[in-house]
Amino acid sequence: MEEKKLLEIKDLSVTYKVEDGIVYAVNDLNLVVHNKETLGFVGETGAGKTTTAMAIMRLIPSPPGEITKGQIIFDGEDLLQKSQRQMRSILGQDISMIFQDPMTSLNPAMTVGDQIVEMLLLHKSVNKKQAWEEACQMLELVGIKRERAKDYPHQFSGGMKQRVVIAIALACSPKLIIADEPTTALDVTIQAQVMDLMRDLKHKLGTSMILITHDLGIVAEICDKVAIMYAGGVVEYASKEKLYNEPAHPYTKGLFNSIPKLDVDEEWLEEIDGLPPEPTEVIPGCAFSPRCSKCMEICKQKKPGITYLDDDHYVRCFLYEKQAEGGAAE
Amino acid sequence: MSERLIEVNHLKKYFKVNKGLLHAVDDLSFYIDRGETLGLVGESGCGKSTTGRTLIRLIEANEGEILFNGEDIRKLDKQKLKDFRQNMQMVFQDPYSSLNPRLNIFDLISEPLMNIPEYAHDKKKVYDRVTELMDTVGISRRLINSYPHELDGGRRQRVGIARALAVNPEFLVLDEPVSSLDVCIQAQVINLLKRLQQEFKLTYLFISHDLSVVKHISNRIAVMYLGKIVELSNRNDIFRDPLHPYTQALLSAIPIPKADSAERHRIILKGDVPSPVNPPAGCRFAGRCPYATEKCFQEEPALREVEPGRFVACHKVEK
Repeated sequence: MEEKKLLEIKDLSVTYKVEDGIVYAVNDLNLVVHNKETLGFVGETGAGKTTTAMAIMRLIPSPPGEITKGQIIFDGEDLLQKSQRQMRSILGQDISMIFQDPMTSLNPAMTVGDQIVEMLLLHKSVNKKQAWEEACQMLELVGIKRERAKDYPHQFSGGMKQRVVIAIALACSPKLIIADEPTTALDVTIQAQVMDLMRDLKHKLGTSMILITHDLGIVAEICDKVAIMYAGGVVEYASKEKLYNEPAHPYTKGLFNSIPKLDVDEEWLEEIDGLPPEPTEVIPGCAFSPRCSKCMEICKQKKPGITYLDDDHYVRCFLYEKQAEGGAAE
Repeated sequence: MSERLIEVNHLKKYFKVNKGLLHAVDDLSFYIDRGETLGLVGESGCGKSTTGRTLIRLIEANEGEILFNGEDIRKLDKQKLKDFRQNMQMVFQDPYSSLNPRLNIFDLISEPLMNIPEYAHDKKKVYDRVTELMDTVGISRRLINSYPHELDGGRRQRVGIARALAVNPEFLVLDEPVSSLDVCIQAQVINLLKRLQQEFKLTYLFISHDLSVVKHISNRIAVMYLGKIVELSNRNDIFRDPLHPYTQALLSAIPIPKADSAERHRIILKGDVPSPVNPPAGCRFAGRCPYATEKCFQEEPALREVEPGRFVACHKVEK
């Protein structure tokens, strides 16, 4: 069965102007999110995960930020061609966001019920009473008693606040939710509760989701597809099973090896040498080449293109490009 | 036979707050052998950092004994404590806020040396020691005049480690030393800590909320919940066969980076960690425990040795 594409990003590039040059935050990024699919977006600090999310929502502050190239096709329409006014009606209604820090993403001076009502009144044609009723239902959906709708955010714990944020994001039944590190600020047992809730809601509502995280464990729990980001680009994209069982890119492999494992005793962790490149640096070849143990001459000179290892598995690496080419030539 | 370096008996630290007493650390007893790493895990607010800080007297305990090489350091006066501090140092969680932004790397690493008479007046000696330390922790010497804002998180944490090592301590309290670092950098720093431990025969108290990191680095692990140790044993026992219901839940809550991890059985705890202010009688975990009985709400379980070296505080666990 061919799934319908909900979001397709083509050759997206985003830059920021800073004092000592230009930061290349996102470079030639290609991605697809299908209907009802959860995409995990994994990378280290500064890899451009959040910038990509902001670009999808057209929330890149300009200046200094600029989307220099590309298309973001959502539900058949290019979001980059939309006016600010059109975007405002899309955000919250069709695309909504869950932020990392539930402590700061709620308005401390409004009751949580009112914060959901605000969203509903803006995007749906309902009156206040209906909106309040819907808000209470939303709270129940995320596991909060309706009596608490009149409470303020400070009366909730961290995990409960994140539930409220999820309720707000879901209020208008969006087609796509972008969750930026939704559980990073929470303790493990609370994180497990919130992940459980998100997985439940995903099945119940069938919303597509982009989950931004640095934790490969969380991706394994909830995602269908995974994109690994490095220095502003996706280096590998695959279904969860393929990525975890047969990682291809040297960076992906290194990432897996540097996590301490619970089921294996090992004396030393495998390290990836060095550090990610400065985002102002222009690297002529593959961005990972200075740290790559399998670096070849060509890696330092040219940027690798996309090589498909399978229908739903691509990698940007010359190791595989060569193989593919070599195979074709023979 | 292994030698006890640290022995803690009935350590208590309460903070006065508006509503009563906050039981941050409530009657802890444990020991750390020379050269070993004791991992201390628990969720935020369970008292792990307070334990670490009380242990080296950065904050004063209310009650209890802290024996370091047999000597109770709670009885030391100010001057003696200052000398004693050379033996125990701390590495903090956040390398962004634990380094003075107005000092360069040389100043930062040499600062602790100024308390030692042999270095205080010998600039050459200080310089040699600082460069030696930079080599030890893996910071390139050309960065000696750089300021913290010029460094990334991993290098900053290396500076923090170099500072702690400067005075040749025997014991280090590592308070979430890798929590704010990316996984690849985290691996580098963990390996560094292990290498240093072997090289200098260091003893660690490793505080973290990340069980996979703690498992990797520790010999024994203590699990804390609301100011109490609920389980303490060597790391393989804890991970293979956790006895306390809280440990079981904690372990099953860790997201595992494997494709089929969503299918495994998980214990999802209900509710939040209760407030440590005026905690209720009985087992502190009872309110969230799936096995709680009447007895658990009334009588507090003591930490008992159920097998040699395995301690657990739970009424349910027989033996």
